[in-house]
Amino acid sequence: MQTRKKYIFITFFASWLLLFFFGGDQIRRLAFLSRKKATVLKNWPRWTDRSLLKSFADPEELQSDGGHHKQSAKARRESRINIYKHSRCRMETCFDFSRCEKHGFKVFVYPMEREDPVSESYLKIITSIEESRYYTSNPEEACLFILNIDTLDRDHLSIQYVHNINDKIQGFPLWNDGRNHLIFNLYSGTWPNYTEDLGFDIGQAILAKASFYVENFRPGFDISIPLFSKEHPQKGGERGWLYQNSVPPKKKYMLAFKGKRYLTGIGSDTRNALHHIHNGKEIISLTTCKHGKDWEKHKDTRCDKDNLDYEKFDYQELLHNSTFCIIPRGRRLGSFRFLEALQAACIPVLLSNGWELPFSEVIDWSKSAIVGDERLLLQPCWIDELLAARVMKAVSISPQIIKDRLFLRESRPKFLWNTLPGGLLALPEYSTHLGDFPFYHLQHGSSPSGKFTAFIRAVSPVVSLSQPILKLIQAVSRSQHCAQILVLWSCEKPPPPRGRWPQTAVPLTVIHGRRKVSDRFFPYSAIGTDAVLSLDEHTSLSTSEVDFAFVVWRSFPDRIVGFPMRSHFWDSSQSQWGYTSKWTNEFSMVLTAAAFHHRYYHSLFTNYLPASLRSLIDQLSNCEDILMNFLVSAVTKLPPIKVTQKKQHQEAAPQSAAVSSGNLHFSQRQDCLNRFAAWFGYMPLVHSQLRLDPVLFKDQVSVLRKKYRHLEKP
Amino acid sequence: MCASAKYNTRGPALIPRMKTKHRIYYITLFSIVLLGLIATGMFQFWPHSIESSSDWTVEKRSVHDVPVVKLPPDSPIPERGDLSCRMHTCFDVYRCGFNPKNKIKVYIYSLKKYVDEYGMLVSNTISREYNELLTAISDSDFYTDDVNRACLFVPSIDVLNQNTLRIKETAQALAQLSRWDRGTNHLLFNMLPGGPPDYNTALDVPRDRALLAGGGFSTWTYRQGYDVSIPVYSPLSAEVELPERGPGPRRYFILSSQMALHPEYRSDLEALQVENRESVLILDKCTNLSEGVPSVRKRCHKNQVFDYPQVLQEATFCIVLRGARLGQAVLSDVLQAGCVPIVVADSYVLPFSEVLDWKRASVVIPEEKMPEMYSILQSIPQRQIEEMQRQARWFWEAYFRSMKAIALATLQIINDRIYPYAAMSYEEWNDPPSVKWSSVSNPLFLPLIPPQSQGFTAIVLTYDRVESLFRVITEVSKVPSLSKLLVVWNNQNKNPPEDSLWPKIRVPLKVVKTTENKLSNRFFPYDEIETEAVLAIDDDIIMLTSDELQFGYEVWREFPDRLVGYPGRLHLWDHEMNKWKYESEWTNEVSMVLTGAAFYHKYFNYLYTYKMPGDIKNWVDAHMNCEDIAMNFLVANVTGKAVIKVWTFTLYIHFKVCQVGMRFRGCQALLQLARSAF
Repeated sequence: MQTRKKYIFITFFASWLLLFFFGGDQIRRLAFLSRKKATVLKNWPRWTDRSLLKSFADPEELQSDGGHHKQSAKARRESRINIYKHSRCRMETCFDFSRCEKHGFKVFVYPMEREDPVSESYLKIITSIEESRYYTSNPEEACLFILNIDTLDRDHLSIQYVHNINDKIQGFPLWNDGRNHLIFNLYSGTWPNYTEDLGFDIGQAILAKASFYVENFRPGFDISIPLFSKEHPQKGGERGWLYQNSVPPKKKYMLAFKGKRYLTGIGSDTRNALHHIHNGKEIISLTTCKHGKDWEKHKDTRCDKDNLDYEKFDYQELLHNSTFCIIPRGRRLGSFRFLEALQAACIPVLLSNGWELPFSEVIDWSKSAIVGDERLLLQPCWIDELLAARVMKAVSISPQIIKDRLFLRESRPKFLWNTLPGGLLALPEYSTHLGDFPFYHLQHGSSPSGKFTAFIRAVSPVVSLSQPILKLIQAVSRSQHCAQILVLWSCEKPPPPRGRWPQTAVPLTVIHGRRKVSDRFFPYSAIGTDAVLSLDEHTSLSTSEVDFAFVVWRSFPDRIVGFPMRSHFWDSSQSQWGYTSKWTNEFSMVLTAAAFHHRYYHSLFTNYLPASLRSLIDQLSNCEDILMNFLVSAVTKLPPIKVTQKKQHQEAAPQSAAVSSGNLHFSQRQDCLNRFAAWFGYMPLVHSQLRLDPVLFKDQVSVLRKKYRHLEKP
Repeated sequence: MCASAKYNTRGPALIPRMKTKHRIYYITLFSIVLLGLIATGMFQFWPHSIESSSDWTVEKRSVHDVPVVKLPPDSPIPERGDLSCRMHTCFDVYRCGFNPKNKIKVYIYSLKKYVDEYGMLVSNTISREYNELLTAISDSDFYTDDVNRACLFVPSIDVLNQNTLRIKETAQALAQLSRWDRGTNHLLFNMLPGGPPDYNTALDVPRDRALLAGGGFSTWTYRQGYDVSIPVYSPLSAEVELPERGPGPRRYFILSSQMALHPEYRSDLEALQVENRESVLILDKCTNLSEGVPSVRKRCHKNQVFDYPQVLQEATFCIVLRGARLGQAVLSDVLQAGCVPIVVADSYVLPFSEVLDWKRASVVIPEEKMPEMYSILQSIPQRQIEEMQRQARWFWEAYFRSMKAIALATLQIINDRIYPYAAMSYEEWNDPPSVKWSSVSNPLFLPLIPPQSQGFTAIVLTYDRVESLFRVITEVSKVPSLSKLLVVWNNQNKNPPEDSLWPKIRVPLKVVKTTENKLSNRFFPYDEIETEAVLAIDDDIIMLTSDELQFGYEVWREFPDRLVGYPGRLHLWDHEMNKWKYESEWTNEVSMVLTGAAFYHKYFNYLYTYKMPGDIKNWVDAHMNCEDIAMNFLVANVTGKAVIKVWTFTLYIHFKVCQVGMRFRGCQALLQLARSAF
């Protein structure tokens, strides 16, 4: 029994062990294998002889590129010009660069003729070009031509359709098969197909058109523009509908659409689908069938209910209270909605296949359209400032793009267009390097230069040694950040000889100006630093004040940082802007009698502002500081910065002037204010209520511990 | 172990039931069970071992052993490439579908050898570069081996160089791919298109709707938004190691290193050299090299011999002229050397031009303007040249360096088109790492001054100091712009006082009870915060007057992206200890404001709670300290801007110093932590 028991016991034991060994192992192995199967991909094999594989091309062949080719470069270029015409135009085949070489980028507009009235929109385009700095009235020196025939509306059912364009343009002696011409168009084609045919032969002209289809778009040649309505302001314009940085965006609706549902025809498949997403809560998608004359014929079951819903919501209200807005194609690819949504700071969700987006050559739309990142809400607004607010801007972008293509070395990187303040305000003539501009330091990870140039405008001769200008030079030159002093000599008498100037540690240079006030903001090549300290000869400043102001400026390189402040206000009794130098709790201007600014604004002042404004200030010998404040605030949309100062500066009135001339001076400034606001189209100045002081300023600690202790000495 | 223990308990229970007679019977039964077990075990083992070993052999096969496919002469040929193809007309996005990772799935056809009816090879089976490219795709996130889940198909037929293949037969080979379907969603890689005499700028193999990633596209053959322009890979870049050279002026201003230039171009260049002498160097092929020296690695000027591509590092600008084709391998060499390419090739679509901003790394000059090249380049400021040199090198490192880089950049571009909302941004594509590190992109970048009417929300974090809390509430409620007061009740053991006990104030007062006593509750983005401005205030700050708070709010409105506060602090670099230290003495500089009383944008609450880098948030919660420093770090890191301290009349700061003195040590540890995290 014992042995039997042992036997059975052992057998049991052995069988169990075996079962466990095989079975368990099997089960484990199975599980392991199946898991492995799920994760391990069948990858591209590692060939055993992969190191022996031949290269795709012989290195010799790669470097000499198939040996000499027969065709000469010139011959190829000529044959190319003959082949690539019309629908295959490119800048190098259809554009005559030689016209632009001598006189630079100049635009000629065909003179208006009485018998051919043009539409309001086209007139706006033409006027804004005529007002721009590119305009020339001489066709000889022009590089780009613009027709006087209204080509905006090429829907031949429209009233504004101009007939027989072909005959007219063939009659123009300058036409030259459209070479170097720019043609604007908003609508093309008509029911039912809405082809992109303009109804006349554009020859080799560049087409700036709304609703471009990618396939018809000649890359690098044509320009896609947004569709704008008749009411679109020429300049100024309503500001974007975004007053606050509300992140993450919390709006009432997530997605909104309100518009026609096309029952038939082109574009109907997109619009027919939109009502499906409507849920009445956060997604509002309203469609109406009421469209055209015979909509009743095509009407379907949901039409009546949809039409009812449609009336319940207001379009503007939806735009402003929605985070995303659907911009589907209409009959044509682009629609007004696009600009409307941008202005309302609603992120456009584009449903328009094959639409070449407006100014896609330079604007990075992926930053503001379609995508749903919380910070994207902010982006459309300023692109809107670029586009929606002004025809002038929208139109002047077109020549800018063409200009960029012409002057390759001066063309600006895409980055400039897509960051504040936008491509139009970053002049490539000034520099093509980002670090030279005041706006990009943070994004670019750089900082403005650590020295400044003092720029003093002298108008009266130096007679005595106690004159304020000499004291000023000494005070400024003692600043550790001062690199050089420039004296702009704007006086009839010659400047004193070298020896009469005070001895300074930094170089002092005298520049002879044209004795005009606009000289003060001329981009002199002698200004070698980013910062310019602009001074009047009467100004008195201490070294501490200069040092501190400069440190502040380094934090705000894009703004004017200075001492004496002024303000503007809306005078409702005379319904115009008023100017005040009274002591108030806020200010909007810092006088350039003592202020730091970036030297880039000298370039902008001289090249961006129209000559008419500059000649105005030259005539008045006044207001140049107001204009500078306008310019900088228009660029930055922010107020200037006021820093602490020990003494107060009075309005820089001539000392000998009587009270009456003081009044004249003041009323001139008021007048300037209104004229500048008229040119800008809006009031760019922004009010500020604060002054920046050094950290321990007026704190109850020992004066010796303070860095800028001279500020507090009586 | 578990199983055997079970058996032990069951074993003795079975034994008494057994009978002696049946001993043999039992033994046989067990033996049968045993044998069966062994058999099944062996059976199960066998096929797996075969399978795994077969996997193994696939991995190690030779290229010559791949299956051969015979193409009948009458097999279909795809149509020529359709010039009007665009993503929305020729690409089937439904195959890609919605997927949470926003990654397209790429399938690679297995390698086959194609022969015509006479057994002649259609093309080289596969080149080294194409093999590298496919390996890179296969190792990437994009790869799938499931043909049904794939969105993009890459044939293993090598068409990198058109001259190594037979056009008609290759097209037939493409057409018989299992998922060809007129080439929809197929991607072909080609670097050397066209052949003599006219050298087309796109691959001549008929390919119907297939996407083409091609080197040397011209604007006429490039289908914008559909094709991808890729560089011509230069095998030299794998052979030669050129260490990065710092930007700055170099020995030659302009250098031309290409061989076999058209005589017309060469005469233009030589004229340039005559004019500018030393600063221009025009190299050519060496004619009198001794045997054994590879001519591709040498260049000559008159009798001087230069090493190629090392000589490229001696020049600021390097000319990349078109040859028979538009795309040139020399572009890659030039970028590697950190030399700024001057691209002279009219109508050439530069590599990856859809995403790369070539204006930052190159100069494009029309062929007609070649003679003016020198003056054009002279007008570029030196600082910009240096930046372009850095950018050129970065482009090479990121997108040109290897076949892998080229393949992945191509797939990423296509991926960005299909999932535009998850696309890489301009900055991600173009900014070199050094810029990415040092630059900040401020989320509140719009120059907006928020309307005053909106007011601010005050948040008071409290534990149990009810009396002082009530005094703070009463004080703060006097500020005209206050629009709401939020009390964060951080004490879980005690309920907040009853409604009737709270002071009566003119604005809504809300009490939020937290679930855990954490300091970060102060910076939680509560739904109750409706205004942009947030005032964080401690429950013991009673010395600030309402005017001071109101002014603080006005200041914040002008600097909405900064912290605006009252008591300031400074961080300093301690040279002796070699680490950052925290300073609360009276100093001339401020780098932090305490959040005991500070205005900031509510967005920073969101960032603090969800986007705080590293484990700073946990550290703060664990140590119950330094949340203010963490907030200051966060804001400064995101905006790159300093804080603003508002002047106060009271001696608030003295009061606080003692407290800070106690927390001093802990915060130093945080400073260390934060430095590694940011």
